[in-house]
Amino acid sequence: MRRTACMVIVLVTVLVTGLLVGCSRPSATSAALPKPTAYGAAIVESSGGKQTAEVGTLLTQPVVVQVNDQQGNAVTGALVVIRGPNGTYLDPAAGLTDSSGQFTTNVSLGTITGRYQLVASTTTKTGKSVELKIEEIGLGYQEMLGSALNDQYCARCHNQESTPQRVSNYDNLEVKPHPFTEGDTLNKLSDADLTAIISHGGPALNKSPLMAPYGYTLSKSEIQALIAYIRMVSDPPYGAPGIVYAQK
Amino acid sequence: MRLPDRLEKLRQLFFGDIVRTFGWTSLLLLLLLAVAPAKHFFADWHRYQRGYERLISKRSDAVTLRRHFEPGIQQIWLPEMGVVDRCTTCHSALKETTLKDVTTQPYRPHPVIPHKPEEMGCSICHRGQGAATSVEEAHKSTLAWEEPLLPAKYLESSCGQCHQQDLKGTPQLNLGRQMLSQYGCVHCHTIKRPDGSVITGTDDPPSLAHIADKTTREWIYAWLKDPQAYSTTATMPNFRLSDDDARDISAFLTSSSTPASLKVVQASLDEAKKVKDNAALQTKAASLYGESFCASCHAVQNAAGNLVGGNVGPELTKIGSKAKPEWLQAWVRNPHDYDPPTGMPHYRFTDQEVGELTGFLLAKTDADLLANVHLEAPTPDQIAHGKRLVNDYGCASCHEINGIKRPENFAPELTKIGSKPVNQLAFAPGVPHTLYDYIGAKVKQPRAFGPSLKMPQYTFNAAQIDALVNALLSHDERALTMPAAKTVPALPVSHYEPAGKAGQLINDLNCFECHTINGRGGDMAPDLTWEGSSVQREWLVQFFRNPNTLRPALIRRMPKFNLTDAEINTLTDYIMTVYQSPKIDRDSMPLAGYAPGQVELGKQLYYSKYGCQACHIIDTKQDKGYIGPTLTHVGSRLTAAWIYGWMKDPSMLRPGTQEPKRNMSDEDARALTAFLMSQKGSEKQEAKKR
Repeated sequence: MRRTACMVIVLVTVLVTGLLVGCSRPSATSAALPKPTAYGAAIVESSGGKQTAEVGTLLTQPVVVQVNDQQGNAVTGALVVIRGPNGTYLDPAAGLTDSSGQFTTNVSLGTITGRYQLVASTTTKTGKSVELKIEEIGLGYQEMLGSALNDQYCARCHNQESTPQRVSNYDNLEVKPHPFTEGDTLNKLSDADLTAIISHGGPALNKSPLMAPYGYTLSKSEIQALIAYIRMVSDPPYGAPGIVYAQK
Repeated sequence: MRLPDRLEKLRQLFFGDIVRTFGWTSLLLLLLLAVAPAKHFFADWHRYQRGYERLISKRSDAVTLRRHFEPGIQQIWLPEMGVVDRCTTCHSALKETTLKDVTTQPYRPHPVIPHKPEEMGCSICHRGQGAATSVEEAHKSTLAWEEPLLPAKYLESSCGQCHQQDLKGTPQLNLGRQMLSQYGCVHCHTIKRPDGSVITGTDDPPSLAHIADKTTREWIYAWLKDPQAYSTTATMPNFRLSDDDARDISAFLTSSSTPASLKVVQASLDEAKKVKDNAALQTKAASLYGESFCASCHAVQNAAGNLVGGNVGPELTKIGSKAKPEWLQAWVRNPHDYDPPTGMPHYRFTDQEVGELTGFLLAKTDADLLANVHLEAPTPDQIAHGKRLVNDYGCASCHEINGIKRPENFAPELTKIGSKPVNQLAFAPGVPHTLYDYIGAKVKQPRAFGPSLKMPQYTFNAAQIDALVNALLSHDERALTMPAAKTVPALPVSHYEPAGKAGQLINDLNCFECHTINGRGGDMAPDLTWEGSSVQREWLVQFFRNPNTLRPALIRRMPKFNLTDAEINTLTDYIMTVYQSPKIDRDSMPLAGYAPGQVELGKQLYYSKYGCQACHIIDTKQDKGYIGPTLTHVGSRLTAAWIYGWMKDPSMLRPGTQEPKRNMSDEDARALTAFLMSQKGSEKQEAKKR
């Protein structure tokens, strides 16, 4: 009788400890970060910010950040941790800086259309955390369509950058077009204004006649897509005016 | 107390007498009855609907939102498409655009897409289990229900189920489909579209029937070991062959090769030899290479390691380590002699020019490529083994090889790959058990699924792999069973063949490689379907003689083929008579003689009202437009009827053109035509041309 009781107790203890160990394992591994061999004082962006990509897909360029010490020299072996909003996938999300003081990660955006703020952080010698905010833009279906239309019809004039495939026409124009990232100007124009300019050309709003009308070339939904794209890439970001709800 | 005694006591407590029995049983039944409402109350969807009501109650348009909201289980039922989707039960706000700021699921409104949920349902695009009413079952795959929700990066595959043509909004799917044809996937795997047509390759794997004339056995060995070591842009994948296997295959290929009828001209060979090792002659040959616009199709790595040039033909950085001089000079002279269906045009080079170009190309060598390749003469055993390997690896699926028949269905058909049940797949270790992860892993590293597998290793980056997964997922059961009225079939493949002597010339010059005519051809250069309505005969003759470019910003240009006058006449006559648009009557408007007043009006319209100078150049001193063609000579290039038609509606004459339609009045269009027709170019240049 006593032996049975003993065995039951032993069995229960084994089960409980097993359960506890089993449950605690995941949290133990997720905390396993590489141990930094050096510490920096600042973290700066090298490349990979302000990219646009279709939601859920990999950014074309990796995000590269650099850790510097107080003198501004690159630090090798400092720990960098990058966090992103829900749905962002970072490969890898943490690691040590390489011999040139840089940490490189491939970023896949989440499923929501909009801006994704990544926060890269490193710890200093004193244990303080320094942060760097990097912004990426996720385009939904409508914005992707707008992006394709931009490439076909707008970018030759509205984008100053020339590529090997296409030479920019920006410098040739007497009245300079606004790049679509120029939020300070474009954010002031309402959707109706933008629709008017795209459909009827510059003169519709007393702007340059060099801007041709596309109302007979693009459909209504294509113009909407183009505006959605322009709104998405503008810098500073576009905040839609309209109904403002009381926030409790 | 012993156990039986305790049980006896419990029985006494519950069922000791009739009243107790009745009481306890009633209580038990009551509890059982309560299970149903409790289950309802605690159901996932009920919880989410209460959450939604809480969310909207705080908003200023709560009344409107509440009116739209329908409680209870919702269902989209589309029997002809096999859709039973209850997703809208929890995703209540799909159509509420005022909830744009909400980011928590399941309350986000759906982003703008061209379809309505009530017309297409949800699971057609997102997959998952539409009929499920619990979170777990709807989104994840379970033992009974295998289809998990598609991650966002593969959503475009769903567009491809119905849309067999490229869509502007689906860049990934378009890229994936292009890759299926471009990287030779479809040579081994059959993929049928829902309409029954088979996807064909756009790559053109070279015939190996006369390979020994073209290159050495050493080069074949090095290429087989690592195609990308020769050319980073090579589309041939790496078969991970052992040294012995590569040795035996190269032995078989060279021994099975038959001699091609190459025209070897000793003068060209001598010239090539001279040019190859002479820096001054190299510079001269380089300018011939540039003038002939070889770089429009072929890329060469520059000193900085960047590829410069087009990707239509193979990269030429190390061509000197590959090609035999006799073959190369014959190829430059007329590539159709060696490979009749090649895309390379037949330039009419002189023997001297052939020699120069051959010498220029032969100097492009890489000493390291073949440095460690030492092959003994092959034994009959090695050749026999090589032949077995060529059969085993299905080389003849892509290449024509003497003595080997092209294998039918060499690799599994992929027509239904997008709906292959997960339980029929053999996963490599570490690959998550979903179909899309399986396809991605297989494309990324095929041999990880078993060392004896034959599928070769490609050098795709992560984005390319995602694109391929998108294209493959679109080939599923649903695509095949979709009602025809709901689908957009693929564009029919045009098999247009120009007739007669001009047709032979067009094929000899491979015009279709860059130009499209009647739906057949490439997109590098303008569509020529209606060229006869568009241009004036004299201009076309001059253009063939010396194709000066029309667009200042263009890098890829039309080469000069050195055609004879007779050839030019044949081509021009054919183009002017056959490539006529039914919408344009070439002779309906005169080429000259417009009233000065009309010309002046046209000039004003050109510069002020329509701002044409934004994209075009007429006055080379002040205009700078880089987008459209230069119009300084447009009056001696285009017909007036074409210009008038173009003013009225450019995209009708050339679909997809960048020039927008202006909804111009007839009067304006006539005045602009008059102005443009007055642009005949300067007298001096005209005289020079004559």
